[in-house]
Amino acid sequence: VTRTQFTAEPGVPQIIIVRTFAAPLELVFRAHIEPDLLARWLGPRRLVTIVDRFEARDGGRWRITHRDADGGTYTFHGLYHGDPRPERMVRTYEFDNLPGPVYLDTVTLEDHDGSTLLRQNTVFQSVEDRDLYLTTGAEAGVRESMERLDTLLVELARRQ
Amino acid sequence: MSADQLSAVFGALADPTRRAILARLTRGEATVGELAAPFSVSQPAISRHLKVLEQAGLVSRYARATARLSRLEAAPLRDATAWLIGYRQYWEESYDRLDGLLASLHGDHRGRTGERQDSS
Repeated sequence: VTRTQFTAEPGVPQIIIVRTFAAPLELVFRAHIEPDLLARWLGPRRLVTIVDRFEARDGGRWRITHRDADGGTYTFHGLYHGDPRPERMVRTYEFDNLPGPVYLDTVTLEDHDGSTLLRQNTVFQSVEDRDLYLTTGAEAGVRESMERLDTLLVELARRQ
Repeated sequence: MSADQLSAVFGALADPTRRAILARLTRGEATVGELAAPFSVSQPAISRHLKVLEQAGLVSRYARATARLSRLEAAPLRDATAWLIGYRQYWEESYDRLDGLLASLHGDHRGRTGERQDSS
């Protein structure tokens, strides 16, 4: 059971993520703007997260690299717009490995009786850009392709 | 895979007809006519899609007897889709890790508040 809700409506270049944390708002906020804390949770466990640059202020730049076991790196960078506050953390985002599409990421935190509701709103420049990352259709299509691909590979291996 | 290659693969995968063509090719090689059959688009249109897929390295084309066949090249698809499928996993796993970090930073908080209040 996942506790993270994803919404990606067809035809809208946006992804909304909603998640509740059983921790006070101040702590969730600190985990977003303090580089040493950020490096301890951002990204999949199989990747090492390196915060190359992190200026959590209006106009501040940020750059984060994930490194896999084979030495492959995946770097994201961008800019903060406005001083980050718990109710409004706005930044732009670009994937260095696939440069061009820039997206706008807004994270808001709300106190709910000591728990914290996080809402992450990511807006892409076009539906196509969004679909490169996630849509129900693209995801289902790719997943289906991958399942068929797996089946094919099993068949091919058997024939050899 | 280089950034240019990855970009070409993502560009090729962004189109639903091209994804459907790839899905069909996972069941085996096919002619342009066979690939066009399920769609309400012309064979030249399918040929143009095949060209994009070929340039992205996802499909190779070759002649056998009088037929010109298209075949799926699996490796670039796997490399690129690791990222496509990864978006959801990326944030799910990140936020799960954040949960753990918050608990360790504020260890006694959960004890005091009892039941977790996740809304999902």
